[in-house]
Amino acid sequence: MNTLFDGYTPWAGYDEMFESDGSVRSCCQSLKNVFDGLSQKEFEERKAASDLYFLRQGITFNVYHDEKGTERIFPFDPVPRVLTAAEWEHLEAGLTQRIVALNLFLHDIYHEQHILNDGTIPRMYVDEAKNYRAAFRGMDVPKDIYIHICGSDLVRGADGQFYVLEDNGRCPSGASYLLENRNALKRAFPALFETSDVRPLDSYPRELLNMLRYISPVREGDPVCVLLTPGCHNSAYFEHCYLAREMGIPIVEGRDLVVVDHFVFMRTTKGLQRVDVIYRRIDDDFIDPVVFRKDSMLGVPGLMSAYRAGNVALANAVGTGVADDKVMYTFVPKMIQYYLGQDPILPNVETYLASEKQDLGYILDHLPELVVKAANESGGYGMLMGPSASKKEIEDFRAKLIEDPRNYIAQPVVSLSQSPTWTGEEMSGRHVDLRPYIIYGEDVKIVPGGLTRVALTKGSLVVNSSQGGGSKDTWVLRS
Amino acid sequence: MLSRVANTLYWMLRYVERADNMARLIDVNEQLLLDWERLDSERLRDFWMPIVWSAGDDSLYSELYGSGHSADVIRFLTDDRRNPNSIVSCLFQARENARTVRDQLSDELWEELNSLYLFLNSSEAERMLRDDPPKYYGLIRRSVFTFQGIASSTIDRGLGWDFMDLGRHLERADKTTRFLDISTFLPPSAPMAMHWNAIVKSCGAMGAYRALHAGMVEPRKVCELLIFSRTFPRSVRYCMSRVQQSLHAISGSLMGDYSDDAERITGRVMGQLNYGVVDEFLKEGLHEALDGLQTQFNTIGEEVFESYVLMPHVIATTHPSKQSTTTMRAWQYQQEQEQQ
Repeated sequence: MNTLFDGYTPWAGYDEMFESDGSVRSCCQSLKNVFDGLSQKEFEERKAASDLYFLRQGITFNVYHDEKGTERIFPFDPVPRVLTAAEWEHLEAGLTQRIVALNLFLHDIYHEQHILNDGTIPRMYVDEAKNYRAAFRGMDVPKDIYIHICGSDLVRGADGQFYVLEDNGRCPSGASYLLENRNALKRAFPALFETSDVRPLDSYPRELLNMLRYISPVREGDPVCVLLTPGCHNSAYFEHCYLAREMGIPIVEGRDLVVVDHFVFMRTTKGLQRVDVIYRRIDDDFIDPVVFRKDSMLGVPGLMSAYRAGNVALANAVGTGVADDKVMYTFVPKMIQYYLGQDPILPNVETYLASEKQDLGYILDHLPELVVKAANESGGYGMLMGPSASKKEIEDFRAKLIEDPRNYIAQPVVSLSQSPTWTGEEMSGRHVDLRPYIIYGEDVKIVPGGLTRVALTKGSLVVNSSQGGGSKDTWVLRS
Repeated sequence: MLSRVANTLYWMLRYVERADNMARLIDVNEQLLLDWERLDSERLRDFWMPIVWSAGDDSLYSELYGSGHSADVIRFLTDDRRNPNSIVSCLFQARENARTVRDQLSDELWEELNSLYLFLNSSEAERMLRDDPPKYYGLIRRSVFTFQGIASSTIDRGLGWDFMDLGRHLERADKTTRFLDISTFLPPSAPMAMHWNAIVKSCGAMGAYRALHAGMVEPRKVCELLIFSRTFPRSVRYCMSRVQQSLHAISGSLMGDYSDDAERITGRVMGQLNYGVVDEFLKEGLHEALDGLQTQFNTIGEEVFESYVLMPHVIATTHPSKQSTTTMRAWQYQQEQEQQ
């Protein structure tokens, strides 16, 4: 019988499932055996069943400019991406080190600013950072934690090493997909889990809730935690609902909350009820029209007054955006050394800062080989992929770089690892990254695995869902 | 429970109920017209337009279609997204409501409504409506039954349920009065016996009627059953007694007493229904009597919103900024737009 992987050629770089000589990696042997036992027809039926699961669950996004309101699912590829226990141990240690350092950094720059005063990081990078909230300097946050939930994007290079590509310390999204991908795969291919020792993910909502309770202002009784969403038209609304429900906390919109005498209340059918902790999925800019954008209809007027008074905790804290600025990223290894006196366990990708004269020269000379990113954009926007860009795009970016160097960084193209992915006709290698979710409460907790995003277009390195990316279940093996 | 969530659950059930009633009405009317002498399109339209009139959507209809054919009326009532009261519009709105309070619903309940939505949005639905309308309406009604069944076996009987039950029965009471009111708008040539048959069938009440009365279906007896029956689940009296129970379960106030205008007006309507008789009711004219009930139903809906969502007594005294109240008003306004 032909098997699904017949004719699959591992890529010359790093393939997540196969060795360079074409033999299967030992960690993937048992899952390959299961797939080998399926005919293409069976496989496709099961894949269709998992697609239907996503559609019926409403795990979809809207296609804009479509009057019928057609909804599409985020493409899910059934071939899991596997991490060995040893690989995970390494990642876990590296990510823990990183979130601790980032939090120490945030505490420092919102208080004494030692790291700026002694010139370890040039002051102007913080002062001019778009998301540095100078007005909050001097304010203490509960337990001194700023980034409670971090989604760091990791990539594996051709050398098999993991690198950190960026940290998302504002409102990282995608955790629900990590959980639902596992649910979908378990339903469609239960046999995969019978033969492999995969660590479960279901602790995520529990750990999230533990963290929220941990940061609550102290008072009598159980803390009241809520999830604040921009509303049902937001593309991540499914995730907000999902997480709120899994945690068993109310999901609220800005209009559900009122601030009275520096305390936050929600409007219930029995009157006003006090709120202690807000897991907010609204960016700083929109969270309180009194302090930030005046035109925001999504936020809660007066929320910052309650926050400053210490009567309500926010996860993540206000002003964390300065740490996931792509320029600040380059300094994270320095922060680790500075605050922890350790060498970074997970390296950064080599990065050039356009604001450094020497670097800018290099960038401008090598644009066709580099990836240029705007410091404060996410979702794959505001980016130049040098090798695939047109002449005009390159010249446009050249002008932007010269005009506003503080806002750009450049990196060599990392040849992301590939993972076998079903194209509809065959298994073929596609580039993947990995976004683990780190929770920082009483301890640092990282749910084993993360969201593996896959660039579905052959050869493409852009994995963002808004740019045609899909995702896979991510396995961390017990041994 | 969050006020917004309570309001959304309430509306979700109203929309589902509204769509279900419309599907019944169209289905029965289509079956009925098959029994009659061959009618040309214009005469046929005379038998469809009363449904539009009784729902109060006639000005929107003429704006969209002019006079139109009977097929246009059916389209308008069934899957025209421009009509906020069409079956498809109501179900889309119900599903949107469900999506915003997804965390309150069981997976099965959400999946049922979402599957219906996905079906209605598919080309298969379009084909079925064209080629086999009874199957199309039957599928919607069956799905709504399933939805109600899942709701009753999976939703905790707490506040959320009370608001859902309130929405369902207030809408159902209103729709029963509108079914009855169709007779007001029928052309004089219409065979009345058949029409009253259709009303009873639309309410799924033929079995109940036959159990009580032998022989021809008579208007007076139909009104007695559909307005005054204490036990038939679509009668106005039964529905309003459920509304009353829900309101008191929510507020905790005693039956016979009231804590707000919604309870007070419901109690007054119940007095009328519990102790009134059909002849007295019909004396002022069926249409006028039904109109009077509908007005009171609207007031009850508004008062529920005032008491549990807007809460002017709580917000106005404690909240210095009026913004939240305005936002809620704007939102309610939008909801009202969608229901009219």
